[in-house]
Amino acid sequence: MEHLQLMGAYILRRLLINLLVFALITVAIFMLVHAAPGDPVKMMIPPDQLNSGSAAFIAAKRHELGLDQSVFLQYWHWLDNAVHGNLGYSLVSGRSVTSLLSERIGPTIELMGVGLALSLLIAFPLGIIAAVRRNTAVDYAATVVSLGSVSIPAFFLALLAIYVLTLRFQLLPSAGMSTPGASGLIDLLRHLLLPALILGFGNSGPFMRYIRSSMISELGSDYVRTAEAKGAGPIRVVVRHTLRNALIPVLTIIALSLPGVLAGAVVIEKVFAWPGMGQLAVSSVQQQDYSVIIGFALIIAILVLLSNLVADLLYTVADPRVRLR
Amino acid sequence: MTAVDIAVAPARRSPARLAVRRFVRHRIAVVSVGVLLVVVIGAVFAGPISGHSPTTIDLFHIRASPSEKHWLGTDSTGRDVFSRLLYAGRVSLGVGVAAALIAVVIGTVLGSLAGLLGGWVDQTVMRLADIFLSFPSLVVMIVVAGILGPSVITMVLAIGLFQWPTCGRLVRGVTLSLREQEYVQASRAVGAGPVWLMARHIIPAALPPVSVVATLGVAQAIGLEATLSFLGLGVQPPQPSWGNMLTDAQSLTVIRSMPWLWLPPGLAVAITVLAVNFIGDGLRDAVDPRRS
Amino acid sequence: MSLLEVADLVVDFGTEDGTVHAVDGVTFSVDSGEIVGVVGESGSGKSVTAMSILGLIRQPPGHIRSGRLSFHGEDLRAMAPRRLRAIRGGPIAMVFQDPMTTLNPVMSVGAQIVEALRLHNADLSKDQARARAAELLESVGVPNPAQRLRQYPHEFSGGMRQRAMIAMAIANDPELLIADEPTTALDVTIQAQVLDLLRTAQEKTQAATILITHDLGVIAELADRVVVMYAGRVMEQAPVRPLFATPRHPYTVGLLASLPRLDDEDGPLRPIPGSPPNMLAPPSGCPFHPRCPLAADKCRTERPEPTDIGDGRQTACHFHEKLIEIDPAALFPASVAP
Repeated sequence: MEHLQLMGAYILRRLLINLLVFALITVAIFMLVHAAPGDPVKMMIPPDQLNSGSAAFIAAKRHELGLDQSVFLQYWHWLDNAVHGNLGYSLVSGRSVTSLLSERIGPTIELMGVGLALSLLIAFPLGIIAAVRRNTAVDYAATVVSLGSVSIPAFFLALLAIYVLTLRFQLLPSAGMSTPGASGLIDLLRHLLLPALILGFGNSGPFMRYIRSSMISELGSDYVRTAEAKGAGPIRVVVRHTLRNALIPVLTIIALSLPGVLAGAVVIEKVFAWPGMGQLAVSSVQQQDYSVIIGFALIIAILVLLSNLVADLLYTVADPRVRLR
Repeated sequence: MTAVDIAVAPARRSPARLAVRRFVRHRIAVVSVGVLLVVVIGAVFAGPISGHSPTTIDLFHIRASPSEKHWLGTDSTGRDVFSRLLYAGRVSLGVGVAAALIAVVIGTVLGSLAGLLGGWVDQTVMRLADIFLSFPSLVVMIVVAGILGPSVITMVLAIGLFQWPTCGRLVRGVTLSLREQEYVQASRAVGAGPVWLMARHIIPAALPPVSVVATLGVAQAIGLEATLSFLGLGVQPPQPSWGNMLTDAQSLTVIRSMPWLWLPPGLAVAITVLAVNFIGDGLRDAVDPRRS
Repeated sequence: MSLLEVADLVVDFGTEDGTVHAVDGVTFSVDSGEIVGVVGESGSGKSVTAMSILGLIRQPPGHIRSGRLSFHGEDLRAMAPRRLRAIRGGPIAMVFQDPMTTLNPVMSVGAQIVEALRLHNADLSKDQARARAAELLESVGVPNPAQRLRQYPHEFSGGMRQRAMIAMAIANDPELLIADEPTTALDVTIQAQVLDLLRTAQEKTQAATILITHDLGVIAELADRVVVMYAGRVMEQAPVRPLFATPRHPYTVGLLASLPRLDDEDGPLRPIPGSPPNMLAPPSGCPFHPRCPLAADKCRTERPEPTDIGDGRQTACHFHEKLIEIDPAALFPASVAP
């Protein structure tokens, strides 16, 4: 029981630290609100009221929203609103930021999820084989592939893929999430495949390197020799012994990579016109729709917080040595 | 490796010669140096090589395919693609190096201070580093560009700010291990302050691994600049950047029938970043006593 | 025919600084039921020799250049991988030096013993294997075996880990047990217990044992025969008592002389002068000649091959006859007191 207590204490501590950092980030985001050109009040009033309101009405609203009060109170008001789901209104479309984000979050999560899965599908076999056949041609080939994944910009790869698969061979669609008129899973998958693949490939490089080095370090361990001395064959040694040990740090890495996957998704969504949060973010930036941009910033901060927490959790749970300390 | 006791005589070569030898063995790294040299020369001598101005508009010859006059054709406002390609190299390389430099300077100062002073200084610096590391640089830069407007200087500063933690952690580690060394303790006993220690001891010791990190940082910065400019949030037209040269290529017609517009800049980024990454990899093997 | 025969084994390793000649022509054999002690300093090649028997040397960077390794007459080097795997952990089992690193830290101890059992008994059910594993743990002196099976290596003490290691090794009734420095990583008091355990295990199973160590005391206690190694070669082989009583190689003399004596507590220490050889460029001729008090020109130019000197003894020294009369103390003078 004692170890459960210790683990709980550790998680609690990490939670508090992460929350503190998150609070600081919200302060930074709030400062961005004020750095934005234009009148913040416009971001917080529904557009119909904005258009029909007189100057006096707007002044009254400003007072009501606390925008003429001290910065601290403003921050508090803003935070309070945000927690209750009120992030203001889009300067471009007039719709509430929260509703815009919530309808976009689904496609982004789909894209990120499938993309992450694909990147692991690429990285694991490559990493394991590269580790087992270290310093051979296969290893060098895998290293080149992983370096390529990191070096070749995702948007360029996307253009190349569109050129080959959409235009030359007409295999896959290159824009949007569904074909007008068509519906159903197959259509969705056809639209998802190319963007998810490019996203996955871009993330596979670092994973592959990490898996490879983790496996190499485990393969050099003494207990591998013991397993061989017991008569275990090479496959059993790799899978049953080293892979399980190598997996532990990799899981944490995967959790920490989530913000990076989001970054990749933003670009991919733009190129493939995938109707997710990323595309919204880019277009809002181009149209200077500040309230949406700030809402997006909050989402990122939350994602970072979550991924750090998950990583901390995984770290304690996965390794029995840490778990039982 | 196997747990065998091997009695090995100490190598009688200087660390620098050993490092160079290792680097050269990395053939790809050497080739990449050559490639990078080509890119640099192209960027520096862009004018004389291409013979065109990158900004002259010629509305009578929009999107012309490659010809004798325009080696890579023209873009949507009739500007010569080849010269834009070469001049864009200046931006990418400049941003890359500048950002990496900023990261190295901030990282070295903060990292060595953290290592030397310890206590709450160390804690704060490490916390800051963690925060900067956990946020994806691209999205944050998008947000900042959105609020403050796109600008090259903001971009360079932002990239530098996101890259310093890697360098900072490294320098801190070096500082911590150096602190225990006798010659450093002797220096301190004679009254050396942090600046002296930094200059005479920490920086020389940290130089090899920092150079690896910096090189990889340059590669990452070039990629980031390209992506940001592609999204329209980095280098603004008419100034050419490999990234913003690709913004045109968002229409299917361009992709299909005008490959000269988007293939060269895309390839330029890919090849340059690959080359710098290979060089960084080679440096890493040359500098690291334990092979990967 | 002997159970195990090692003949002219040569193993080297490619490293960044050159080739290390770890084993340079080693010959010895092991008969059923006997305990052969292999003694030598670090770098003498004893571990490499042991691991070569089961083909556990990673090639590259290691290379078994030449030599014959046979078990019951079967050539171990030419064996098909599947057959070799059937032998490892079965008829030939190995115990390693440091059980903290040689046991898988994220697998329960029970799972590791069960694995050893099921790798060699395909029709053993999981429950049967667990029961047998508990029996094995009990037989090596681990209390509460059922509970211990579920625990992880870091929850065991050093001595208990080694016991578990031994349990794993004897699980399939091996005919030959190779123990590579089994007690070196343990506290002195635990060492005695584990050695005792090895002895009883050997008595019960009548397994032949190769006991590798640098500790002459361990050899004296357990071994029937001794193989003395230096710089990758065998210097002397003999039954244990004659070796200690009348060593016939200067290196053996030096080893024995360097042991502190209980009956001469204030006596000076007698180290072997010089330092261990550089295995990248071993000395020519007899590898011990730079440190040998009997060395002559011949020792530098001509390599001494092991020669039979009767009574089941062999030695590799040009001047071994000189040792019959000599007093070891005279050969290795005491070091100068500080």
